[in-house]
Amino acid sequence: MFESVLVANRGEIARRVIRTASRLGVRSIAVYSEADAELPFVAEAQEAICIGPAAPAESYLNTEAVLAAAAKSEAQAIHPGYGFLSENADFADSVAERGHVWVGPSGEAMREMGDKIAARNRMSAAGVPVAPGTTEPVDTIEAATAEAEKIGYPVMVKASAGGGGIGMSAAHDADELAKVFETARTRAERFFANPAILLEKFVPSARHIEVQILGLADGTVVALGERDCSVQRRHQKVAEESPSPAVTPQLREEIMAAAVRAGEAVGYRNAGTVEMLFDTSSGEAWFLEMNTRLQVEHPVTEAIFGIDLVEEQFRIAAGLAPTFDPTNLPIPNGHALELRIYAEDPKRFLPGPGTITTWNEPTGAGIRVDSGYVQGNVVTPFYDPLLAKLIVHGDDRDDAIARARTAVAEFTIVGPKNNLPFFTELLDNPEFTAGEYDTGIIARMRA
Amino acid sequence: MAEVRAEMTANVWKVLVAAGDVVADGDTLVILESMKMEIPVVAEEDGTIIEVLVNEGDTINEDELIATIG
Repeated sequence: MFESVLVANRGEIARRVIRTASRLGVRSIAVYSEADAELPFVAEAQEAICIGPAAPAESYLNTEAVLAAAAKSEAQAIHPGYGFLSENADFADSVAERGHVWVGPSGEAMREMGDKIAARNRMSAAGVPVAPGTTEPVDTIEAATAEAEKIGYPVMVKASAGGGGIGMSAAHDADELAKVFETARTRAERFFANPAILLEKFVPSARHIEVQILGLADGTVVALGERDCSVQRRHQKVAEESPSPAVTPQLREEIMAAAVRAGEAVGYRNAGTVEMLFDTSSGEAWFLEMNTRLQVEHPVTEAIFGIDLVEEQFRIAAGLAPTFDPTNLPIPNGHALELRIYAEDPKRFLPGPGTITTWNEPTGAGIRVDSGYVQGNVVTPFYDPLLAKLIVHGDDRDDAIARARTAVAEFTIVGPKNNLPFFTELLDNPEFTAGEYDTGIIARMRA
Repeated sequence: MAEVRAEMTANVWKVLVAAGDVVADGDTLVILESMKMEIPVVAEEDGTIIEVLVNEGDTINEDELIATIG
């Protein structure tokens, strides 16, 4: 195992990675922006280095500042968390060139998966099912219209280099496509500096199901179950669970095998997630994209498999075998839910930064809270609205839901707006409690 | 005269109108950015912009005056 790790991230995920580092006796180094100086991840790391002003471009996305901090602190490894630089292949290469261990896949594997069009083509060639869609970037509205005719409406319009649901919309006819295409292109340029657009068959009733994979140090790829991430607003996840109530044992076997093939096709190392779209009417599952990093919702997998994915990431990066026997994978136990506590109002989900005057986390059996803040902290408008993740583990789905209801009721946050009242609603929603929901569940709750 | 105020702490990403512009109910005046989300601020009545009190790049607080419409 390496001696030290710099965590190139902030908030809950920085804190979570630091926790595992401490447990394993690995020296932890935090980097932070001027806006985050008071947050707990800065205090909890053994060393902390300020890397610039609040704006992400000047701090968390500033590769030179992060690398300078790594040099100064003699960090042996760098863990990128999720978001920010985690899927920046050039950064991963620079980290390795400067003699640090990158806790993640190679820059090459990230490049192959970072472009959604290239990734779809690559997966299709490897025998992983993909949804009908474009195999080349679509540059003009004329080309988009022609492709949409071929695929058949409705179509989903996406930024090929995109993520986080930004610049993604469905079009049901040519008029709507004209509107949506322009917006998608503008957003793709602004957020991802790449205007390439992808059109894909739009599935009206879909579940978002993803598979956790680990590419081990010896090259073996293993799949550790699925997560259902269908509770979404603005194409962003709000709650996740594992196992998925929609996945039958046979489908599970198929998607685990597909995910392993996907990883093997690109020689994948470290933790990754194969995202799939599940059509609730046909029962088919299609490859959507691969996230070449740790996911926000990784704790639901940890809860049911009883492993620490960050520890496994460290071990893989250090060239060590996993903590479990890869020929005899751990058997999942019970059911886990994750609720993302966001600083946003529970009705329209609009962001609401502010000062936290009260913060009381629930505790108890089967309850885990990964939070980025403590009482007295200021939640600023500069970063994403995630305040904390509430992870609940139960003997079965009903037990997990019951524990989640109690935990939500016990969680008190005063100051910034927050979506805890939304979860009270969700946990009593008949579609959710029956496990029979799709990605439209929040829209229906708010209709 | 109508006052347009910020619903939340945010950064001003785009200012789309200036004093003297004629606007209609529903027109976007300013686009704010907060927590990685774009939030359009729209006119809630027809009128003429009297004053725009924010500039692109400003950080504004909840309830701060953005523009006045007469």
